[in-house]
Amino acid sequence: MRYAYYPGCSLEATGRPYEESVAAVSKALGIELVELEDWNCCGATAYMSINETLSFSLSARNLCQAKKIGDTLVTACSACYTNLRKTETYLAEFPEIKSKVNTSLAEAGLSYDGGIVTKHFLQTVVEDVGLDHVKSLVKHQLSGLRVAPYYGCQIARPYGIEDDADNPTMMDKLLMAIGATPTYYPMKTVCCGGSLMGIRKDVALRLCRNILLCAQQYDAQCIAVTCPLCQMNLDAFQSSINKTYGTSFKIPIVYFTQLMGVAFGLDSKGLGLKDCIVSATEVAARYA
Amino acid sequence: MTAVQQTVIYEQAMDLNFLDEVYSIPGGEKIKDCIQCGTCSGSCPVSWAMEETPRQIFAMIRAGMRDKVLDSTTIWTCASCYQCMHRCPQEIKITDIMYMLKRMAIRESRKRSKNAAALSRAFFDIVNKKGRNHETSLMLKVVLSTKPLSGISLAPVGLGLITHNRLPIFGKKVRDIGGLRKIVAKAKELGGE
Repeated sequence: MRYAYYPGCSLEATGRPYEESVAAVSKALGIELVELEDWNCCGATAYMSINETLSFSLSARNLCQAKKIGDTLVTACSACYTNLRKTETYLAEFPEIKSKVNTSLAEAGLSYDGGIVTKHFLQTVVEDVGLDHVKSLVKHQLSGLRVAPYYGCQIARPYGIEDDADNPTMMDKLLMAIGATPTYYPMKTVCCGGSLMGIRKDVALRLCRNILLCAQQYDAQCIAVTCPLCQMNLDAFQSSINKTYGTSFKIPIVYFTQLMGVAFGLDSKGLGLKDCIVSATEVAARYA
Repeated sequence: MTAVQQTVIYEQAMDLNFLDEVYSIPGGEKIKDCIQCGTCSGSCPVSWAMEETPRQIFAMIRAGMRDKVLDSTTIWTCASCYQCMHRCPQEIKITDIMYMLKRMAIRESRKRSKNAAALSRAFFDIVNKKGRNHETSLMLKVVLSTKPLSGISLAPVGLGLITHNRLPIFGKKVRDIGGLRKIVAKAKELGGE
């Protein structure tokens, strides 16, 4: 399987462990991810606040680059995923936006006429590769590992995966396929605050506190995530949450790809596990 | 009487063009269909922290309360999680309308938007310069342009990320930055902002 691949800016920095584990897991699964040539930022959630045409043009430039490789574009970041899908939807639905975007793209000799299907890496694994193949690669069943499946907001919403938007089960099924136990987790798609951590820290900390508290109440040993911003907010700010709320959370926040890598018996160095700020190495070591 | 005067908006105080402005964005005319059911406010994970709930904002838009809407911190408390939009029975693009309100507030340099808009602006500047976001610069810019003292409380978080090699000093840049800048300039012109 060969796909165009869009890493996005976070995967070069705060989400680097995600990038590493996506690469390692893809290799094991036989997925070839061809990185877009000279890609640019998707605009995230902040860019849309400044200029709509520009935000769509940025994503459209990436979609143009994807066309050079194939019809399906894979990304592992939920915000990039939403922006790419949203751009595709708006260009198809509103001809005036499409025309503005294409006039802008023409300045760099590009044009985009639609037709790229953007998939989240979770979808690629579950829908394209299939759980049977995943199961066949499992060397260490993650037996007894209770994982809270946290999808976050962007992946499940109007521009997101075709799954139940309030109670998606795609990652739950994947976790079961590698032998782990997804816990009951009513906070599955409740927002972590995203970039509010930068402008309304009080609000974002409380949202993250609730997400951690819920995982703790259902005895989760770790939280599995699909988005680099969710990971950073829950992981890097966990000590701030403890300080603010007098809690003592020590819940590792791992990417679903890292858990897959552990189950596949891949070298833990290549999975970025030691770069979780709330240590995830003890959880992983039990299955190595 | 004073209490009534405070809550009643007289026709002459209404900005009737405001509704037209909202209608002008793609899908914006759907706001006519709002039935004030409050599903948006009930679904919103941050409505408890808002000055006005999303339902109130929509009533205010339709009442032409332009200044009050654009000066409300509500628009900047929205985390863009799309929960309201997913649940709206009238299929109003609520999150996208919130984005539009943010754009209007920034364009008009609304005082109450100053700090909140800092993140969007910093992000915008970095991406326009490099083509990609550099998270390290973004965090520094936001802290310095809003409240430098809060940087002290953020230091342990930054340090944690640095020691785990998750905040590189240098960011990567788009090679064809010239081409990207041309796209940006044209889109800015067409977007009117």
